[in-house]
Amino acid sequence: MEAVRLPRLRASRVITYGLLLVVSVFYLLPIFVMVVTALKSFAEVSQTTPWQLPSAPSFAAFGDAFTTLAPAFFNSAMLVIPATLLSALLGSLNGYVLSKWRFRGADLIFTLLLFGMFIPYQSILLPLVLVLQKINLYGGIPGLVLTHVVYGIPITTLIFRNYYAAIPTELIEAARIDGASVLGIYRRIMFPISMPGFVVVLIWQFTSIWNEFLFAVTLTLPDQWPITVALNGLAGSLLAHYEVQMAGALLTALPPLLIYIVLGRYFIRGLLAGALKG
Amino acid sequence: MAVASTGAAARERTTRGRSLGSFSWDRLTPFILIAPSIVLIAIFVYGFIGYTAFVSTTKWYGIVPDYTSAGLSQYTDLFGLPRFQADIQNTVTFTILFLAGCILLGFGAAVLLDQHVRGTIFFQNIFLFPLAIAFVVTGTVWRWVLNPNFGINLLFDKAHLTFLESPWLADTRTALYGLVIAAVWQMSGFCMAMFLAGLRAIPDELREAARVDGASEGRIFLHVILPLMRPITLSAVIILGHISLKIFDLVVVMTAGGPGFATDMPSWYMWVAVFRQNLYGRGAAIAIVLLLMVALLIVPYLIWSLRSEPER
Repeated sequence: MEAVRLPRLRASRVITYGLLLVVSVFYLLPIFVMVVTALKSFAEVSQTTPWQLPSAPSFAAFGDAFTTLAPAFFNSAMLVIPATLLSALLGSLNGYVLSKWRFRGADLIFTLLLFGMFIPYQSILLPLVLVLQKINLYGGIPGLVLTHVVYGIPITTLIFRNYYAAIPTELIEAARIDGASVLGIYRRIMFPISMPGFVVVLIWQFTSIWNEFLFAVTLTLPDQWPITVALNGLAGSLLAHYEVQMAGALLTALPPLLIYIVLGRYFIRGLLAGALKG
Repeated sequence: MAVASTGAAARERTTRGRSLGSFSWDRLTPFILIAPSIVLIAIFVYGFIGYTAFVSTTKWYGIVPDYTSAGLSQYTDLFGLPRFQADIQNTVTFTILFLAGCILLGFGAAVLLDQHVRGTIFFQNIFLFPLAIAFVVTGTVWRWVLNPNFGINLLFDKAHLTFLESPWLADTRTALYGLVIAAVWQMSGFCMAMFLAGLRAIPDELREAARVDGASEGRIFLHVILPLMRPITLSAVIILGHISLKIFDLVVVMTAGGPGFATDMPSWYMWVAVFRQNLYGRGAAIAIVLLLMVALLIVPYLIWSLRSEPER
């Protein structure tokens, strides 16, 4: 039987690999462009052979991109670290309450919270700017932190609520009978076993906030720009310097890419959580 | 045994404690914990939407707020504008092509990865990594690739595939397709991940049973596998559909709505109207139209998702 089936299997395997390679070329093409262009000199970029490998690879463009983007890189770091930690903490507390202390109307509240994650932010942008101006948080990173913490509540709550739902309620009831308080149960039982949930949420929030553009471009002034806005600005200020633009693009993509490479499966879990029913 | 007796006493105390508990801080703790989030969402989501909706019924343009009522004239004006008509048409065309691209490519990739060949994880990562990258980065690179003078056209030329050459982002007739390609590159991995999870959840016994019944592999695929993918496809359509309606970063970075209004979208026009032209009333009206389009897609989905959630 094996001998008869083998040739057919082999043919289908070759086709599978062939197709996988073709699709991979499509996905890797932009990476090739980024790396190859970033390693060229300006003189070589302006030649008519844009797809050729660099004749003398140089890191000069990375130096230029880094000099230009370093302040924005720092701004992004100052944004993403507090915003990620705060929204994870809020999400964890909300998820705990909504999964283990369900009060009347909890499902309605949860649905209303969730809707906030799907809205186009254009529908809240104007009042957001006005309110941030009024409380003197417009233009800088602190206002952007507040914005990301608030609009991060739905997704972080969703991920933690689903995570805590898998923890047996009997555990909570037993602790309750032993006289533990609501906060005590969170601190001593839920929080210590929350690490996987935190990893998913932290990675998700870090990636989304690092990559975000609409809030960043609307709510910050040039010296406070996060890196995505600064990268977009490069295209205007260094019009034909594609080597610097591509080096800048790589620099912008680097932190989330590193996280993806190291902790990819947690990233995918966050991704599928957003689909509600994965 | 002393423990047991005090235990019973303690339980009695707890019960008594509970009846008094309506005054105890501990029973209020869950509400106190969740209250900040509820207040923030109530203001920043629902309050702000309400304010935007209100502004959309005023005449407000210029920097100083003007709350003179304009009724629904912002909306009637808006739908009469050629630019906004182009926006709606672009959004619809973009969404249909983007969805089709993501679903076909995503499903195709998922089927290939489900063949249990070696290196599955490796290929899976290649299809998924664009999801971790900022749209601004994607736009920066694809703007280069789709530049008619030195981008992908040169490769097609070398490979004697001149029929594939196109002016891409430089021409009003093709610019939107350029955006679609970049967006599909970025998001199709999401569909792949969803379909792959779905394919892997199909028990082998199901295929075996169909084989025993004499069904060919092709028929099993068409009549067993595909129908099982329907709920996943619906989820993908709704999640990617609402992302598509909101698409902003790619438009700004790749085309800024041009050439002409060939790639203009409501999400971008709203921003231009409010923050560049100070047409606050009009911008607010665009925002509300956009919100309604998204809500039309998302609200039934939210209700469906939460209704079918297993009871706990």
